Amino acid sequence: MNILWELFLVFFGIGLFTFGGGYAMIPLIQEEVIQRGWLTGEELLSFLAISEATPGPFAINVATFVGTSQAGPLGAIMATAGVILPSFLIILIIAALFKSFSSNRYVQGFLHGVRPVVVILVLAVAWELFVQKAWDGGHIQWRFLLLFAGLYGIKKRWNPHPILLIIIAAIAGIALYSIGT
Amino acid sequence: MTIHHSFQLWFLLFRTFLKIGAFTFGGGYAMIPIVDREVVINKRWLTELEMLDLIAIAESTPGPIAVNTATFVGYKVGGFWGAFFATLGLALPSLVIIYLVSLVYHQFMANPLVQRAFQGILAAVALFLLSAVTKLNKTVRKHRIPVVTSLLTLLAFILVFFTGIRSIFLILGAGVLGSLFLHGSPKSKEKES
Repeated sequence: MNILWELFLVFFGIGLFTFGGGYAMIPLIQEEVIQRGWLTGEELLSFLAISEATPGPFAINVATFVGTSQAGPLGAIMATAGVILPSFLIILIIAALFKSFSSNRYVQGFLHGVRPVVVILVLAVAWELFVQKAWDGGHIQWRFLLLFAGLYGIKKRWNPHPILLIIIAAIAGIALYSIGT
Repeated sequence: MTIHHSFQLWFLLFRTFLKIGAFTFGGGYAMIPIVDREVVINKRWLTELEMLDLIAIAESTPGPIAVNTATFVGYKVGGFWGAFFATLGLALPSLVIIYLVSLVYHQFMANPLVQRAFQGILAAVALFLLSAVTKLNKTVRKHRIPVVTSLLTLLAFILVFFTGIRSIFLILGAGVLGSLFLHGSPKSKEKES
């Protein structure tokens, strides 16, 4: 398949099956994008931080990023169009035809079913990242655990803006990983 | 409305959502207060009540919440082309900014200092993911939780952590089961009290 169409279709599917926006999209992106070798898991999660520090919705940012990495500017446009189109079409249909869509009991039932599953899926991504970093190479990585605990404390105590937390994490990372290496 | 007026309106929608796309960090729910200020208070395109409807629709349809919002507001205000230009405006800043980031990304990431920084940043990402879990979980707990939901959650946990099931199947399956068995489920707690 032509790479441009593949990008379009993959991101169309991701847009179509994401409920809850933003982070709820990560499990789907992880499966589709890593399986195709477009990004590694760590690249995707690093990009998450870049996306937090740049404006715009995560969905469009990640589609543009993956699209560019595979096929340049045209790839960016195709992937972004793909991730937007399901929303665009569905919202148009609902706004034009079904005024009472979101109070429909079957729609509500569908969401009652989907929401807890999305929680579990995002939890699994967090867990995977944590284990991978904390037990890297079969050894306990004290630097990562220390960073995680410190950042957790800062977030609990002061709840800084995500961009500020990223900056703190970056500085702490440089300091800690420069020790003894 | 004359053609001239429609063009003006489409351009205004485009410009408004361009601004929203260019100045909102974090997307999704972070965008709602800004959309509220622009669309309800400044431009008076929607009423407060329509805004609440919009959030309900954005939450109950697939896709990024920001895109759902732009399309919905655009359509309400300016029909199909209104939706088109609002959505285009929202997407454009991301497309341009991330494209530029992509051009320097690999050089940037090859720097050893940046690599160390990202070891730290990944710890922050783990935290972001966990707080996303907490936030999503709050949406679940806003509603009274029937036994079926608890069972579904447990089943999802087992399938996700112990099998390689694809997320799409899990999401679709849970949705269909929800439509079949949870369509009589109670409304949110707040509405009852």
